Amino acid sequence: MSGFNNSVNLKKELCMGCINCIKRCPTQAIRVRDGKAFIIKEFCIDCGECIRICPHHAKEATYDSPDIMKRFEYTVALPAPSLYGQFNNLEDINIVLTALKKMGFDDVYEVSSAAEIVSELTRAYVANNKDKWPIISTACPTVVRLIKIRFPNLIDHLLPIYAPVDLAAINARKQAMDKTGLSSEKIGIIFISPCPAKVTAVKSPIGIEKSEIDGVLAMKEVYTILLPYMKESMNNVEDIGKSGRIGIGWGSSGGEAGALLVDNYLAADGIDNVIRVLDDLEDQKFEQLEFIELNACSGGCVGGVLTVENPYAAKVKLKRLRKYLPVSCTHYDENINGDTYWTEEVLYEPVFKIGSNMHDSIMKMARVEELCDRFPGLDCGSCGAPTCKALAEDIVRGVAKEEDCIHILKDYIHKLSGELSRLDGKR
Amino acid sequence: MNESITLNYDVDSNDFTRAGEASSSVKRKLKLMGVDPDIIRKVAISLYEGEINMVIHSYGGTIEVIISTDMIEMILRDKGPGIEDTELAMQAGYTTAPDNIRSLGFGAGMGLPNMKKYSDDLKIESVVGKGTTVRMKVYIPKNIS
Repeated sequence: MSGFNNSVNLKKELCMGCINCIKRCPTQAIRVRDGKAFIIKEFCIDCGECIRICPHHAKEATYDSPDIMKRFEYTVALPAPSLYGQFNNLEDINIVLTALKKMGFDDVYEVSSAAEIVSELTRAYVANNKDKWPIISTACPTVVRLIKIRFPNLIDHLLPIYAPVDLAAINARKQAMDKTGLSSEKIGIIFISPCPAKVTAVKSPIGIEKSEIDGVLAMKEVYTILLPYMKESMNNVEDIGKSGRIGIGWGSSGGEAGALLVDNYLAADGIDNVIRVLDDLEDQKFEQLEFIELNACSGGCVGGVLTVENPYAAKVKLKRLRKYLPVSCTHYDENINGDTYWTEEVLYEPVFKIGSNMHDSIMKMARVEELCDRFPGLDCGSCGAPTCKALAEDIVRGVAKEEDCIHILKDYIHKLSGELSRLDGKR
Repeated sequence: MNESITLNYDVDSNDFTRAGEASSSVKRKLKLMGVDPDIIRKVAISLYEGEINMVIHSYGGTIEVIISTDMIEMILRDKGPGIEDTELAMQAGYTTAPDNIRSLGFGAGMGLPNMKKYSDDLKIESVVGKGTTVRMKVYIPKNIS
């Protein structure tokens, strides 16, 4: 499937083979096989739900170690706005930005400042493309991936503009090259991310040919490194910050849509809610809306699986930080920003498809229905699939067998032992 | 050889919390079968509107969906008051839905017009005082099946 990577790893020794993750996965991408969880890569949208739910901490997100900085001559940190919501009693964002430089980065480019440019461009795009209303935000890579594999009719509604982090990466690289005269490969653009979906988006970008991000660090790891440097920075704060209320607002749900300065929008967060909205949208229940902001994590990016603070507490902190900031500090400049629209067409990937053609699909669907009638319908998960229906689909796909269902197996053994005792009686 | 598959659903009247279940189940299955997204959209919308109509106006009924290689046929049979003037009912904006249903955002008089718009063939047989049968077809063109 076009070399798709996902960013969740299994620590086999910790996995107990329980059914927590297979039940929680919104795309039914996980099975328990041979007593261990197994992710079907093509179905995975990198939402991080399995990492959150696993009681044995057997699932971990993939991300880079801070050592990646050593690979480059010059590094630029791209902090996500959600980072600012992680700290208690933070009064000035510049303290965080100064500490990032003390930690070893040569420069800092705030994702929130690029977000203000994206907001400006989105306002124009929404106004000029009424035929595509409602426009769906594309900042959350999990949402984009979900639409690509499951909601083909909504692909046309996607906002074809670079996500703030990708725009920030392009601008940061250009700035660094101009400033230092170094060639591109000597410059490391490192994103400090609230979620592992961005790791995937760097490896398998959607809508753009290649990501300009060289490394992705986990916010929770950077957090602990930053704390002592923040204390140190208190007395000598550099004035680095270039974002206002709009940019910082992107860190939590509703921020992106609110920045469009229209009333006619919807903002949903949490993967289950996102799916419900997309389902309804597909049935054309929201035609009167202009814009739909969707975040896979509850609360928005502050709810990312790599964050430290409770998402709703982080949201309050962001609100406090925004309070006395100018509305917007960074504006679109044609000469600096160049092209900010997607260059690659986004195509539907029917990963869940069971047949090779309509005839084959009809036969397989009939078999799924027939199997579902025979299964007990308990969705117990003992077979390793999340539901009886998922097992039936696995069977027609040829990756599972009927006897994986313990209830079918029990009947089979019962019948067999009956046969045996009958034979025994005849002797 | 199985050249078609039939799906059956029951529809309760006035149970709004379950309205749309049949159409979303059909939608999920068609996606699984790899049916062209445009076809799915046509089926999903026309069936959804038909299902909602049954919930609003009828006393309950059944939905039968026959999926074959060249078309998807939907037959919605209900017991109910029937439609007095089919031509009038087909007009955009014409509605007989009661206020309590309109306050839920339904009953805007676009049900039948949308069913006509999104299906390739629509036939309505209605007997006043008995019920209504709606037959809709969405064809799958050869080149995309």
